Amino acid sequence: MNNTVVNTGTEGKAWGGGKEPLDASYGKMMMWFFIVSDALTFSGFLAAYGFSRFKFIDSWPIADEVFTHVPFMHGQDLPMIYVAFMTFVLIMSSVTMVLAVDAGHHLNKQKVTIYMFLTIIGGLIFVGSQAWEWNTFIKGEYGAVQTRSGNLLQFVNAEGHRVAISDFAIADHSDRAQHEKKNGLWFTSEGSLPPFSVNEVVKGFEANENILIRTEVLNENGQKTLLSRAESIKQLKSNGQLVVQGANLEVNEYGKPIFADFFFFITGFHGFHVLSGIVLNIIIFFNVLVGTYERRKSYEMVEKVGLYWHFVDLVWVFVFTFFYLV
Amino acid sequence: MAHAQKLEIFRGTLKFKSNTDKIWGVLILLSVITAIEVVLGIYKPDILMGHIAGMKVLNWIFIILTIVKAYYITWDFMHMRDEKAGLRNAVVWTAIFLISYLSFVLLTEGGYIESVYSSGYITHDF
Repeated sequence: MNNTVVNTGTEGKAWGGGKEPLDASYGKMMMWFFIVSDALTFSGFLAAYGFSRFKFIDSWPIADEVFTHVPFMHGQDLPMIYVAFMTFVLIMSSVTMVLAVDAGHHLNKQKVTIYMFLTIIGGLIFVGSQAWEWNTFIKGEYGAVQTRSGNLLQFVNAEGHRVAISDFAIADHSDRAQHEKKNGLWFTSEGSLPPFSVNEVVKGFEANENILIRTEVLNENGQKTLLSRAESIKQLKSNGQLVVQGANLEVNEYGKPIFADFFFFITGFHGFHVLSGIVLNIIIFFNVLVGTYERRKSYEMVEKVGLYWHFVDLVWVFVFTFFYLV
Repeated sequence: MAHAQKLEIFRGTLKFKSNTDKIWGVLILLSVITAIEVVLGIYKPDILMGHIAGMKVLNWIFIILTIVKAYYITWDFMHMRDEKAGLRNAVVWTAIFLISYLSFVLLTEGGYIESVYSSGYITHDF
């Protein structure tokens, strides 16, 4: 017996072993495959959003009417401006990230430090903006009345502008007490009471001749259907059941509750990704500062975290389109 | 890290001098696309309100522009342009195939349920 070496006939070929056929390190490749799976998770959410939207295609909320707020510009109707700013911040922080990766290729510790720092700042601005956006969305602005079948009645004046319920409802002191755990049925309680009862809204509506109701249904111009005065009163009196202010997982003054659910879930999941990206960036930032990669003579770690960070930006591009534009 | 970076975009019609220049070039491109989207989204020109294949022309434009943006983020920021074809195909085509399939199935189903609602056998407004 001479020896036990087996020749496979693949020596020297790309996949013959002892090489990196994809020319990428293990860590980088695994980051790519993680990104693929995470992309599928996000597309699962977005496709589910699309499912619900197609299901309610003729009564879906109009994004331009939902996201109209910009910080420090109170009361102005500025659709999409703020979210465009957020998009720009995230793209910008992607740019500083890729500049950090580039500086890493040149083993330039000082530049990597600066660009990583700017990336973290960009991420923090984005997460802060998102928190503000959530807060505005949860608080709501005008309020609406939900009907028995779960549809929504919103109020507009003669010029077609939205009117806030608190501006016309006539408060009568009905003293409807909030149900607490300690009285009545044991261990059941209800959330905070809506600011007005339907009766108060009806009274206020009857007293204000120029207010009309619009339903969720979209007409052929893609706008919400406006009811006549008589029809408005009839709808409100016979179907109105609950005054809704703001949005949460159960009710939503902007339209279908499932719209709010998806908004919280998808932007929340994305925001969580941004947050974990910031944490990773901070860890890498300190590693850069103490010179770990300087000694290693390779800044590939920055590159891997960079991949994740760009992916977060990539997802936002889609969330932006499907929530705010389409 | 060691491999050379390709510095041209638009199939070679625009070639940058350095990687840093290319990054800024791509940033400008992405910003312009976002600006176009925002302007179209605010003004919603009437010409683009027609329907093609069940969706508004404007929405098709938004989706196509988004995919263009995604392409440049992946190719230039994530350096997919510089990876080997094997890695690139494994990542990109897997995702494209599965995402298209999932969207097709769910959107078709959503459309079907909508048709059940609107054809009148079930009322969801009582």
